[in-house]
Amino acid sequence: MKNSESSLIGQSVRRTDAIDKVTGCAVFVDDIPFGPNLLHSRLVRSPHPHALIISIDTKEAEQLPGVRAIVTGKDLSARLGLYLIDRPIFAEKRVRYFGEPVAGVVATTEDIAVEAVKLVKIEYEVLPAVYDPVESAQPDAPLLHPDLGSYAVANFIFPEPGTNISEHFKIRKGDVEASWSDCEAIAEEQFRLPPIEHVPLETHTSIALSEKSGQITLWASSQSPFAMRDMIAQCLGISHSKLRVIAPLVGGGFGGKAGVTMEACAVVMAQAVEGRPVKLRLTREEEFVGTSVRQSLVSDIKVGCDKNGTLLGMELTYYFGGGAYNDYGVNIARAAGYSCTGPYNVPNVKADSLCVYTNHPVGSAMRGFGMPEIHWGLEQIMDQLAEQIGMDPVEFRLKNCVRTDDEIVSGMKMTPIDLETCIEKVSKAIRWGKVEKPTAPNKKRGKGIAIMWKAPAMPPNPGSSAVVIFNEDATVNVEIGGQELGQGAFTVAAQIAAEMLGVSYESVTVSYPLDTKYSPYEWQTVASRLTWSMGNAVKAAAGDARTQILETVADHWDEEIDDLTIKDGLVISFKSEREQPLDKMVIYGLPNEDFEGWKGGPVVGRGHFMPTYVTNLDPETGQGTRAVVHYTVGAQAVDLEVDMETGQLEVLNIASVYDVGRAINPDLIMTQIEGGAVHGMSSAFEELKFNESGEVLNSSFVDYRIATMADIPRKIHGDYVETPVDDGPWGARGVGEHVMVQTAPAIANALYDAVGIRFPDLPLSADKIFLALEEKFNRGK
Amino acid sequence: MVIHTISLIINGTEEQLQVPSNMTLLHVLRDKLGFTGTKNGCEAGECGACTVLVDGEPMNSCLVLAVELNGREITTVEGLAEDGKLTPLQQAFVDLNAVQCGYCTPGMLMSATALLRRNPHPSETDIQEALIGNLCRCTGYQRIIDAILKASRNGGTR
Repeated sequence: MKNSESSLIGQSVRRTDAIDKVTGCAVFVDDIPFGPNLLHSRLVRSPHPHALIISIDTKEAEQLPGVRAIVTGKDLSARLGLYLIDRPIFAEKRVRYFGEPVAGVVATTEDIAVEAVKLVKIEYEVLPAVYDPVESAQPDAPLLHPDLGSYAVANFIFPEPGTNISEHFKIRKGDVEASWSDCEAIAEEQFRLPPIEHVPLETHTSIALSEKSGQITLWASSQSPFAMRDMIAQCLGISHSKLRVIAPLVGGGFGGKAGVTMEACAVVMAQAVEGRPVKLRLTREEEFVGTSVRQSLVSDIKVGCDKNGTLLGMELTYYFGGGAYNDYGVNIARAAGYSCTGPYNVPNVKADSLCVYTNHPVGSAMRGFGMPEIHWGLEQIMDQLAEQIGMDPVEFRLKNCVRTDDEIVSGMKMTPIDLETCIEKVSKAIRWGKVEKPTAPNKKRGKGIAIMWKAPAMPPNPGSSAVVIFNEDATVNVEIGGQELGQGAFTVAAQIAAEMLGVSYESVTVSYPLDTKYSPYEWQTVASRLTWSMGNAVKAAAGDARTQILETVADHWDEEIDDLTIKDGLVISFKSEREQPLDKMVIYGLPNEDFEGWKGGPVVGRGHFMPTYVTNLDPETGQGTRAVVHYTVGAQAVDLEVDMETGQLEVLNIASVYDVGRAINPDLIMTQIEGGAVHGMSSAFEELKFNESGEVLNSSFVDYRIATMADIPRKIHGDYVETPVDDGPWGARGVGEHVMVQTAPAIANALYDAVGIRFPDLPLSADKIFLALEEKFNRGK
Repeated sequence: MVIHTISLIINGTEEQLQVPSNMTLLHVLRDKLGFTGTKNGCEAGECGACTVLVDGEPMNSCLVLAVELNGREITTVEGLAEDGKLTPLQQAFVDLNAVQCGYCTPGMLMSATALLRRNPHPSETDIQEALIGNLCRCTGYQRIIDAILKASRNGGTR
């Protein structure tokens, strides 16, 4: 580009969707009217965590007036999945978690569907269940998937048929056994996290319509309409052209609306009542019980350093509790495997990262994709090790943290990052080293730091595409397949297109709802990949449109393209100083002199991006040239206090700094940093609870507390640094998930600083802290 | 099910309606009248996404039966902006990026509108107390608090 000075990149332009969202005009899937033809549905869910289905009797339910259809898994042996095709749409012969869909009821009203669900009689033979991933990985554990060996699986996932292990990723680097004898200090600990829920404010909702022609349309609250189409089309054995997924705005996703949750159930129910749309809207209780969760994790970590604090060896076993079906989960365990050390240089590493079936809800993607889970233990044990050799946690991290061009744990050369500056910035913001006074005499105050890394965890070649089209008045429509979940993806797409085209930001509209029939392909809105990957595609598409315009005008003026640019909606020539407005010419072209024919025509820019440089890893050592496209890194520091009488913990300040490559829209980055810090803080206190029968105990907002407006820190100090990546638009990379990855361990480290007690298990509930305080200070005796 | 004939004044316009006795205001607004700006988040009064004003008071529309409201004035998010002009509160939400996914936004706006009418210059603590029942998973809340404070300096709800 001639005008090297970017005008829109780096500007905090207003969100494209803000006005619709404050006026009630924004359309979510539940808001779409379908008229009186609409049927309603409910799912019959398993009351057992593990059982064989002996019989299903739907007769009585079918006779209830208003019931239109009942479907079960008996006629559907096909399975769903992205990486490991292991999940039936409705349970076929066996249920594997409490709440698993066994049948679906379609009726004229929701009330009738609710009544009919109670009339479906299912006989089960209860089987022994297993919930702990370590127990479930043992050879004598109850087997959840005897057919594991027959499931289709991606070529980089390694299940172990005959066991509950659905993925086993290995790192063998250096000689970890030999390294221990060189260590001055060794820390060893087991850390645990329970499953937690995504808790979007909008529950999963979908409407499916199956027409006599065989055409199926599915309206869904989806982060990934294309992946949803792909998974359901493959499962049902239908052409992608026969399944159309329409995805309006998403009311919060956080990974929970990636892939397929319950949407295939709606499709199968719709097929039973051809010609009538069927709505399936999960209740809040079902959202807690019947959707995917962030997986539980048990991590065994051993790490050692020399007397100068230099890390020498690390031995890790990660047991991810993948739940009943491990489709996404297997890739979480893989991502945790190739990033197993956290953002540290460790020359000798032995790691085994396992995804294990358990009789819990489906473990799946959640903001951070394995990284919050592994950093919970990693970032605490680094503090333990630093303490053992008498080193300050900040100094310890600055000494050992990964830097650009370092060879990291997977053998890959580290992409450009600046983690040290992130660490220094959060230390300064939190006034590291300064002891703060508690706000009351019954409280103790402490500070903690934690750092992180995360790479987009994807297949090697997930693609993005974009189309840029013009209206007659030179306003622009950007067509994309990436979703707006609140993170601001549409805004960034509009910004990039406007910048490339030399038109105003206000003249660009992003087309939605996403529609697989019209929108260009996008793999999924996950992995914090849109600004980077979709951004590249939009940049290419707008660049293509720009070239078409300039070619037409250059031809018209008989000038060279290189002498022209577009600014403020005008093509201008540096050479002749001529001007040509874009309006009209982007559709009608330009007339030749004396109107002897025309040049140009409707401008349609197309662009795509697909990373082509990610390599496979050796299945025995986990080593390869480039495991991932790049990493994003960051640091957080927490200042908190604990009420010594109640165990109540209050986070006072959070400092949070990430290396974003290049800030396309700085304020949108800050909104992610702030929202992520509170999400991360909230996650430290969350737990999806089960009783011994595997039943979910806290399936409401009252029993499953998420942070409220009264719980937030007094101050969140957000900031970023910019070390450009070589493969993103203007050097930008993603930051949407990273912002909550290490908040919980930063809190745990600050808690230790305050009261001198380590809490290896989440959640950090007040009762747990209270009991630990009682024990430590010998109270209550 | 008994069907009742009631009249509600929705955003200043009177609507005559036939509603079954068990139908909540939330479903009347969304399913009978098409005011889908009011969101359904839990149907248990726990998330605040369905908050509307009933005679100026904030109420979870999922917890109140429409038949109980015969003759009352209801304001939904669609009734805030007039003649295409956002209220200072809506404008502050836009200006400060207090909106992310947008699902909690209508409820937040309605609770905050009621607060500002009752207390035109609330403190941060007043805001937290008034909006503790409005959950948001995206923003971390501070932008919402800041937007309400900004609106209180800029003329509040009108």
